[in-house]
Amino acid sequence: MKNKYIDAIYNGLIRENPTFVLQLGMCPTLAVTTSGINGIGMGLSTTVVLMLSNLFIGMLRNVIPDRVRIPAYIVIIASFVTVVDLLLQAYVPTLYSALGIYIPLIVVNCIIFGRAEAFASKNPPILSFCDGIGMGLGFTWAITCIGLVREFLGAGTLFNVPVLSRIPGFEPISIFIMAPGAFFVLSVLTALMVKFRMTPNGQSNIGSGCETLVCGGDCAACYGSVLADNRDKIDAANAEAAAKKAAEKAAKAAAAKAAKAAKAAAEAGKAEK
Amino acid sequence: MFSQIIIILISAALVNNVLMSQFLGLCPFLGVSKQVDTAMGMGAAVIFVITIASAVCSCIYLAILVPLNLTYLNTIVFILVIACLVQVVETILKKAMPSLYKALGIYLPLITTNCAVLGVALSNVQNYTDHLVLYSIFNGLGSSAGFAISITLMAGIRERIRTNDIIPSFRGQPIVLVTAGLMAIAFCGFAGVI
Repeated sequence: MKNKYIDAIYNGLIRENPTFVLQLGMCPTLAVTTSGINGIGMGLSTTVVLMLSNLFIGMLRNVIPDRVRIPAYIVIIASFVTVVDLLLQAYVPTLYSALGIYIPLIVVNCIIFGRAEAFASKNPPILSFCDGIGMGLGFTWAITCIGLVREFLGAGTLFNVPVLSRIPGFEPISIFIMAPGAFFVLSVLTALMVKFRMTPNGQSNIGSGCETLVCGGDCAACYGSVLADNRDKIDAANAEAAAKKAAEKAAKAAAAKAAKAAKAAAEAGKAEK
Repeated sequence: MFSQIIIILISAALVNNVLMSQFLGLCPFLGVSKQVDTAMGMGAAVIFVITIASAVCSCIYLAILVPLNLTYLNTIVFILVIACLVQVVETILKKAMPSLYKALGIYLPLITTNCAVLGVALSNVQNYTDHLVLYSIFNGLGSSAGFAISITLMAGIRERIRTNDIIPSFRGQPIVLVTAGLMAIAFCGFAGVI
């Protein structure tokens, strides 16, 4: 992990996985994961947009004035989404019709905006590009997993290859393909994530417990979205909590030092005697 | 045409509920549904913005994009229009109707990132060919009313389950998702209405 480019990719794939750890971009995660193929298609389209938008925002980060950065990012992202939309329509029409309206909705996917704000606006283009690859592929494998679970239980197939449905008398649990199944699968996966303590580490606002916000700071959309001031509040709350912790730690350390010094003095006294 | 409008309203609000069957606008649905009051405020703000955004976007589509053969640019144009619109609505409300601004003001900036607004505007221009503006307004009204209904119901349920004894791993987000799944099953019951 010495190479920073490889590190940026690894970061998105595992350590800060956008779906399971940062919990960004929930709408496409639930909506298009009716099968593994759809998950891959959606994930790769998002990856392409994320890579290109990160690259361009990384290149333009010193040119775009800070006050108009949000509209500028929106235009850059929306242009790439349009490109992907037209390409899919031309070359993969079956996938295009399966994903439907969720392709243009990549524009409002919080992952893309979040990475633009949090990473690409502060880092050079190539590094941002690698971050885009990592985050995009992390998103891809996560939603492909969810899609495979739903497809396996709901239709008995994996990537359209019949597996369970070969068993005679097999009845698919079709609710997993329908809307409620998406909520149930994501709920169980999130519970597993909580169980194994894959908790977000300062990147996401979940659990920061900032009470000054309307939504209590739970909403993944806040992070790196148009709501820059919300994010500032969350950052401030997090910093305050960290400072409190640090102060406590320092106080503890000082107390321990004092105790040690006292003990040493006592021992010294004993020795003198 | 009148019966057509009724059908659009009911199918947008209940049968094709934006949250429960199309998964649009989930972030505020999971985030702002802790209390009934705030959920209702959010619902009202969403009704306001989506209805106006549907009307404005379809007008722009008909008046500018179609004559110039630029319909493929609708994603870029709509997202910019929505972002500006929320700002404009906020400023106007602040000046003209301070009491309404007080009630809705804090929710307005949250809406720009709500994918339901862009989703409804895009599906309008895809689905309706004649009477676009009229149908868009009613589709926007119906969809956002559906959003308000489900977020208010969700907040009511969450107020009730707050004191329940839940398995540690399922506390917080997971139990909310289970609740949403059960609500989605209930909304599936509307599928045969139209």
